[in-house]
Amino acid sequence: MERSTLDLWVGIFVCAGIGALLILAMKVGNMASIGVGNDTYALNAQFENIGGLKVRAPVKSAGVVVGRVAAIGFDNERFVARVEMRVNKNFKFPKDTSASILTSGLLGEQYVGLDAGGDPAELGSGDSIKLTQSAVVLEKLISQFLYSKAAEGDTTKK
Amino acid sequence: MINVRAIGHRAVDGIWRLGYASRFFALVLASSGTAFRRFRLIVREIYFAGVLSLIIILVSGLFVGMVLGLQGYNTLQTYGSESALGVLVALSLVRELGPVVSGLLFASRAGSAMTAEIGLMKATEQLAAMEMMAVDPVARVVAPRFWAGVISMPLLAALFSAMGIFGGYLVGVVLIGVDEGSFWSQMQAAVDFREDILNGVLKSFVFGIAVTWISLFEGYDAPPTAEGVSGATTRTVVTSSLAILGLDFMLTSLMFRGI
Repeated sequence: MERSTLDLWVGIFVCAGIGALLILAMKVGNMASIGVGNDTYALNAQFENIGGLKVRAPVKSAGVVVGRVAAIGFDNERFVARVEMRVNKNFKFPKDTSASILTSGLLGEQYVGLDAGGDPAELGSGDSIKLTQSAVVLEKLISQFLYSKAAEGDTTKK
Repeated sequence: MINVRAIGHRAVDGIWRLGYASRFFALVLASSGTAFRRFRLIVREIYFAGVLSLIIILVSGLFVGMVLGLQGYNTLQTYGSESALGVLVALSLVRELGPVVSGLLFASRAGSAMTAEIGLMKATEQLAAMEMMAVDPVARVVAPRFWAGVISMPLLAALFSAMGIFGGYLVGVVLIGVDEGSFWSQMQAAVDFREDILNGVLKSFVFGIAVTWISLFEGYDAPPTAEGVSGATTRTVVTSSLAILGLDFMLTSLMFRGI
């Protein structure tokens, strides 16, 4: 009798522990979300500048997460960044889809945005996206703004 | 001159003990077969090491999570990013506080009990009596406790983290009123199952090995006197706490290097 109650408590303890792990995996972690698993296909894109993009950053289209960034490399011949994305098999994109690196919010993380084109042919596994737009680098933006302001000032003086 | 000699003696003594402890560890592993064949022994020890530690683990997990929620909110609202509270609470619990704090609690709650029990068994010559009856005390007494500790520790750490996140949720969402949707969704976006949760489990597994090894060795090695057992119990808590903190630093620098 004594032994069986003890076994019961140990059983409850082990179940609770595994349950806690499952809760952590499902509710806290991104186990249940997209981008994990094998039902994805690869897309490649080359960017002149990826800014602060990181591996595992989301790939979004129309604001919906459709995949994740799998790998980031550097092409030493063309001197551009090579980004490999894993996109969920359920989502197909036209051949002339363009990819751009965007920021969520003012200080948020950077993600890859896909804008679908109108080509009837679809991108397959391993295909690369031709139309890409680099990340906006704040310093360049500011210096452009300053130069244009300075140029404006010159013209108004004359 | 005498001081130098004393330092040298302590160093040599420490290395001697470390060697003995490693031999003891290997002996425990080698005689684990019996413990697994008689799994009831391990279950009994899981009850004493794990189940009886549940209350302290759950309550401290809840309070650590609630404090994290309060403090995190205070800091984050200065930057207007209260919605990141879930990320802060979940990552700090799953990666660090869960394994470390539950390891420290486990060392002082269960590790000290193991040391005192085995030390007293040795002092009252129960271990010697077992040997007389051709029962291997390492296989019968030590190995089941070791595996019970190793099994219990990750489960306790997972419960601690889950409870802590619940505490953070209570304070952040229910009490303060952070948006519930952004609390969970930002958390889910930031916490990775393999990188964060499994690494936390791995950490607590390593801590479980370290704590039970130290506790059992201190008990087994304790001088068979009242002072000896009390000194060994103190040493267990001190050494395993230091071991947890040191190992945690090493594991963190190995696991979370950033990309």
